[in-house]
Amino acid sequence: MADTGTAAVFAAEPAMRAGAEPRGPRPRKVISRRNILIYGTLFVVALYYLLPLYVMIVTSLKGMPEIRLGNIFSPPIEITFEPWVKAWSQACTGLNCDGLSRGFWNSVRITVPSVILSIAIASVNGYALANWKFKGADIFFTILIFGAFIPYQVMLYPIVILLREIGFYGTLTGLVMVHTVFGMPILTLLFRNYFSSLPEELFKAARVDGAGFWGIYFRIMLPMSLPIFVVAVIIQITGIWNDFLFGVVYTRPDVYPMTVQLNNIVNSVQGVKEYNVNMAATLITGLVPLVVYFISGKLFVRGIAAGAVKG
Amino acid sequence: MASVELRGISLNFGSFEVLKALDLDIPEGEFLVLLGPSGCGKSTLLNCIAGLLDVSDGQIFINGRNVTWEEPKDRGIGMVFQSYALYPQMTVEGNLSFGLKNASVPRDEVARRIARAAEMLQIEPLLKRKPAALSGGQRQRVAIGRALVRDVDVFLFDEPLSNLDAKLRSELRVEIKRLHQRLRNTMIYVTHDQIEALTLADRIAVMKGGVIQQLDAPHAIYNRPVNRFVAGFLGSPGMNFLAGRHEPGTNPRFSADGLAIPLDRYQAGGNGKTAQAAEFGVRPEHVAIGEAAKSLPFSEEVTVEIVEPMGSDTLVWARLAGQNFTFRVESEKALSVGQKILVGFDPGRASLFDAEKGERI
Repeated sequence: MADTGTAAVFAAEPAMRAGAEPRGPRPRKVISRRNILIYGTLFVVALYYLLPLYVMIVTSLKGMPEIRLGNIFSPPIEITFEPWVKAWSQACTGLNCDGLSRGFWNSVRITVPSVILSIAIASVNGYALANWKFKGADIFFTILIFGAFIPYQVMLYPIVILLREIGFYGTLTGLVMVHTVFGMPILTLLFRNYFSSLPEELFKAARVDGAGFWGIYFRIMLPMSLPIFVVAVIIQITGIWNDFLFGVVYTRPDVYPMTVQLNNIVNSVQGVKEYNVNMAATLITGLVPLVVYFISGKLFVRGIAAGAVKG
Repeated sequence: MASVELRGISLNFGSFEVLKALDLDIPEGEFLVLLGPSGCGKSTLLNCIAGLLDVSDGQIFINGRNVTWEEPKDRGIGMVFQSYALYPQMTVEGNLSFGLKNASVPRDEVARRIARAAEMLQIEPLLKRKPAALSGGQRQRVAIGRALVRDVDVFLFDEPLSNLDAKLRSELRVEIKRLHQRLRNTMIYVTHDQIEALTLADRIAVMKGGVIQQLDAPHAIYNRPVNRFVAGFLGSPGMNFLAGRHEPGTNPRFSADGLAIPLDRYQAGGNGKTAQAAEFGVRPEHVAIGEAAKSLPFSEEVTVEIVEPMGSDTLVWARLAGQNFTFRVESEKALSVGQKILVGFDPGRASLFDAEKGERI
């Protein structure tokens, strides 16, 4: 009935030609001036960003004689993985000649405890600030957030003294402590906002049901917060893995993180500059954050969006 | 013995007074409805009784025990929330048993109580499902079940039906009433919906600005409101108010713009001794028309201005003493705009409020 009714309306419309009534999804042009412009721009920009990566990969697969020819954009004539092996296990920094592997394991030993510790503390902080409003909670939160805006350089030297006095200067433990503390403001903000966005009645219901501070945290809040934990893990892994400043200031050469060691390899002034080894070392160092992004990209976006709903 | 007793409950958020020295006695087994517009403090009061908000002053007794400083779980209450507040990661069964596990209730007892609640609320087929796989009505049943398994003396409902559609709302309303008749527990129910209040309550407490305006049975609240706010808040369509003067004496009457309504049948209180500016309130359903109006103590001819058919009956708008006046007629009566009609009512069923404070005369 409805169909014939519609048809009748169209038939009554003199401007409508038979068989040409719009119906169903609106047709879209694949190639239009607008699309060409958009995709063209995107393509150029993508190329612009990918070019350095291409050069790095290509160079790292060449031997030194080939590099000396100077054609940095040309693909390798003879592919060799020698530079990668050398960068990982033989490149020299200072007195050690065991390559980046030492720095890699140092970085792992710094990153893993720092990420776990900072997220564990910050999530409880955020939960307490969002749900267990205590007297002065807002002032406490403001001060904590203010910490995110103080330039690190201001605090570098005081922390050196602090670590020296408590006996952790130059150790991995000291660096883990520094990373944990400096991750606190932004992570607490992240968790507080996420927990405040969860319905308050859920928290009330759990209280009526007799769950306490930790009961609600572990049994109600944690299972609902996977996305935001993924976001926090990614932020912390990339941030701590890529950190150079704290690593170089608070540790000694034998416990230098990977980034510092990479810098020492690339910037060494003695001997021949082995561009292929440098490129390989840089790629190895950057691989970890890259892998983390690729694995959890989808969850990351979902978590960011979830946290952004309510501030 | 009173089941719930509130003594001088006050609550301030900063300098803002949400509840003002509120007293309330709720006998055992009573269904009390807290009714009021948004922001009147009714939900806040319920949260105070539940222990989810700390009071600024006063005492709360549940079953004769002072629970003012007790944790919510120790007060012997179960609560149902507007947004259901089911734990999303747990199954229905997990939701029901969460509180019992926290209280270390033995396993067979947990199973027994869940089975009983599930049977009562007809949610047995849903026990293994997660809340996301339930409809709104089913979710609210589970939420009620969660309060039920706690085996408590007092149930608190915080606008439990407000998120449901009209049909489900009326279904669950009856179900809550049935539940109360079966369990005979004390229930405190917060709502802004007057139909829910009138249908469910043994007594209604109408609140405004953190103060209970009137606490009485639904029938009394509806027919003898203590002030203009209560009179205007209850009833849909709302009560008619005519502004004029109250003139007591041997021949008491209410006069407005050449109109005189005899008040011999109206029982005035103590504050009705002197003449004063007043408002005369009469409910649209207490107005009769035509032949029936002639026999009533007051009748007057009016002109029909607007006709609103509402299915079961029709609401007619007219003017009386130059002021808006509505009345209900049976939907069979065909009235047309411009038609003159005789309307009448019994002033004994009306309400009179002083114009200044709005209190009943």
